[in-house]
Amino acid sequence: MALPTFRRLPSGGRTASALAAAVLGAAALCTAPAAVLHAQAAPSIPHEKYTLPNGLEVILHVDRSVPIVAVENFYKVGSGDEKRGRTGFAHLFEHVMFMGSQNVPVGKFDEWLEAAGASNNGSTNFDRTNYYETGPSNALPLMLWLDADRMGWLLPTMDQSKLDIQRDVVKNERRQSYDNAPYGRAFETILPVLYPADHPYSWPVIGSLADLSAAALDDVKDFFRTYYAPNNATITIAGDFDPDSAKAWVNKYFGHIPRGSTAITRPTTPPVRITRDTLMLMEDRVQLPRVYYTWPGVKTYSEDDAALDALADILANGKSSRLYRTLVYDKQIAQDVGMGNNSNKLDGMLMLTSTAKPGVHPRELDAEVAKAIAEIAERGVTERELTRVKNGMRASTLDRLASVLGKATQLSTYNYFTGNPDYMAQDLARYERLTVADVQRVARQYLVSRPKIVLTVVPEGKKDLALTSTATASPAAGSTR
Amino acid sequence: MSLATGLEAQPVAASPTPPTLAAPKALTLPRMVERTLPNGLRLVVVEHHELPVVDAQLVVRTGSEADPAAKAGLATLVANMLDEGAGTRDALGLAEQIGFLAIRLGTFASLEQSVVSLHSTRATLDSAMALMADVVLRPTFPEKEFNRLRSERLTALLQEQDRGPAMADRAFSALVFGEQHPYGRSTSGSKETVEPIALEDVRSFWQSWYRPNNATLVLVGDLTMADAEALATRNFGAWTQAALPASPVYASNRMAPRPTTIHIVDKPKAAQSSFRLGGVGVARNTADYYPLMVMNTALGGSFTSRLNNTLREVKGYTYGAGSGFGMRRERGPFTARAEVVSAKTDSALIEFMNELRNIRKPLPAAELDKVKRYLQLGYADGFESTSDIAAQVASLVPYNLPLTTLGAFNAGIGKVTAADVQRVAERYLDPSRLTIVIAGDRASIEEPLKKTGIAPVTVVDMRGRPVIVP
Repeated sequence: MALPTFRRLPSGGRTASALAAAVLGAAALCTAPAAVLHAQAAPSIPHEKYTLPNGLEVILHVDRSVPIVAVENFYKVGSGDEKRGRTGFAHLFEHVMFMGSQNVPVGKFDEWLEAAGASNNGSTNFDRTNYYETGPSNALPLMLWLDADRMGWLLPTMDQSKLDIQRDVVKNERRQSYDNAPYGRAFETILPVLYPADHPYSWPVIGSLADLSAAALDDVKDFFRTYYAPNNATITIAGDFDPDSAKAWVNKYFGHIPRGSTAITRPTTPPVRITRDTLMLMEDRVQLPRVYYTWPGVKTYSEDDAALDALADILANGKSSRLYRTLVYDKQIAQDVGMGNNSNKLDGMLMLTSTAKPGVHPRELDAEVAKAIAEIAERGVTERELTRVKNGMRASTLDRLASVLGKATQLSTYNYFTGNPDYMAQDLARYERLTVADVQRVARQYLVSRPKIVLTVVPEGKKDLALTSTATASPAAGSTR
Repeated sequence: MSLATGLEAQPVAASPTPPTLAAPKALTLPRMVERTLPNGLRLVVVEHHELPVVDAQLVVRTGSEADPAAKAGLATLVANMLDEGAGTRDALGLAEQIGFLAIRLGTFASLEQSVVSLHSTRATLDSAMALMADVVLRPTFPEKEFNRLRSERLTALLQEQDRGPAMADRAFSALVFGEQHPYGRSTSGSKETVEPIALEDVRSFWQSWYRPNNATLVLVGDLTMADAEALATRNFGAWTQAALPASPVYASNRMAPRPTTIHIVDKPKAAQSSFRLGGVGVARNTADYYPLMVMNTALGGSFTSRLNNTLREVKGYTYGAGSGFGMRRERGPFTARAEVVSAKTDSALIEFMNELRNIRKPLPAAELDKVKRYLQLGYADGFESTSDIAAQVASLVPYNLPLTTLGAFNAGIGKVTAADVQRVAERYLDPSRLTIVIAGDRASIEEPLKKTGIAPVTVVDMRGRPVIVP
């Protein structure tokens, strides 16, 4: 999954850099043995999907188990639609969307929802922006009315002060998650090296302070007119509601919002073109050096996506991974290790990180990482390791059905990427089909045959702790995908 | 504001005012049943059949507050050691089995409890519970793993210096309670207290406190009371009870509140200042629980609360500000907090002080109403999934609160008046007796803070100890 940047920290969320969240938080750790789900129907989220004349997609899923309803308003725009010089704009705009609209004075969006017992948030990633509310069933019409008012009538009350305030808030979000967090700037140091300069993934979702400063009121208006149209959005309602009433409200509030008049052009991206291993060094105010290995990856749901998830898990994710055993457990030269297959709409990346223990030079970590990759490339993984991954995927699929908001998000995400809101069984089947040969093949194809980026973040003044070469396989110069 | 365009074709919103909502449905909490096994283990069961999953929490009613002061960090190390070898499996064998079954098994300790939690599908439940029982009843405490974990802990403590927020948290606790009090220390201890911890300390803490007569097992999910009782008896029935050591007693008011002082913890070149303001608050069993919930929600407990609205939505100084009462067995801390852009450190402090003063004035009726509805109508959200419900039940255990506490919440909030809110604000928030910790770039924030004239400014280290100013 892509790295979301939230309007506010999700409750209980730690202040973690998006990177740490992506790499260290990607473990799927829960499941049933094969026998179980085969005995049950494949996991599924029964739903109804239709489209209004103005192009707005509507997805409904009824679950009456608790008197709660969730609404997700999903816009098909993310930082991947930005241009250089205006990085971070999709997310800044997301913040501005909470500042009120034609019939909602400043502050009332949140106040009215809270008074109804509801909570809300929004998030932006490379590919999309979503806005969501959860609350008691009877608050559904309020949620829909509020979302419709900002979809249809954001601009009449838009002004410079709304933009200025949220610009400051977002800059502080950036400071909190990136600039003032240890290793927080590693991710944005890697992106422009991994992706060509005109690739919209070559900057982070949060953007740069300079670009946030440059954003102007006209940018807000243009962005809204282009992307925030019913024909570029999906409304998903999940939980305890009556479908006929919900349809009537959706129709009443959203039905006459006009289609966008601007044609939306999606970015076409040049291929990633790193042709040889790139070693980088960054000084930070940290106690310990940390190494980041980044390989070009694949698009979400593309052919090798599931095999790369499995590879990341087996190689370096969680306490039963190979590198946890060698680096943290046996040799005790690392404080942590993690790996994530971060696949998105236009492209993807594989990232492995490990922090050295005090007194350990990262080249000791590098030797073990190289050995573990070579081992899988040469001898493959075990059936039991792969079964563990499959069990984990089965269980985490089931757990995604535990909340109505989780189900709403799942429906709209599948809908966006595959056109089918209930892609759950097919999604799981991607993992069920995997063989040990698949995992070995992608290890060779992506980790061994492709150039990578190796960044060492070192304590200030300790450049000698940076890797200046790597023992991991380096393809001959000039090999690309 | 009227429509700016004169275009007839311009559509208008279906309604210029928010829709009137139907009456909310009454929340029916799931039925909770409790039993006590012959060995004293309390069992709480909630049937929840929506998904074929089960959440279990084994809550031992002792945590870091039982750490000897010189060995702070012990209870959390004990919890960490439980799954580093148990029953017939070594550390990696256990991790591998947990991974293979695809269950989640967690072990942690906080101030007043040590918890082993489990999430499993119904199909893997028997194997999962057997592993859980191994971890609780039959940890092997290998010396090799202990040495590794202690070293990992010392490294993590070293890394705390990378994070201003962590430095501020540590200094704030130490200044409010003093390091002799368990609430004044970090549950992970410090270098000086972790180094002397020996494996024998771990074993003896576990032997003393991990007893069925000191524990509650919460089971929530796709099983019946009979299933649950059979599972609990099979896995935990042979757990032997024993007399518990005397619980440590602390006078939580030992630290007399002092006049408001600003303590800077230097984090050179920090982009933001980590604010922690507050003092000694209340215990969980306070008679003022509901008025405090309402008062704090208005002050800093929700997005539209005064602190967040002022510091974020009006001033743009931060990504978020809030406050909370850490209600514990004894009087825990009240803390208001935010991460503030360094250049606005002085301005933010002025706003914090204004809000802490203003909350002592009568709460306007509309605000009181909004807060009460938010708490009452949002309450159902905490009972949606098996893990939500298990967490709700487990949260009562350290304080011996009856299960009926959960069902009493909405009525309790309903009774709160504006006068109640004002009374508890005046009683528990005294702006002239605040501990203020700001971890940030001393070079740029110290003078501006002094210039505010709000309170004297001192410089302390991350343990709250005075730094000799050059």
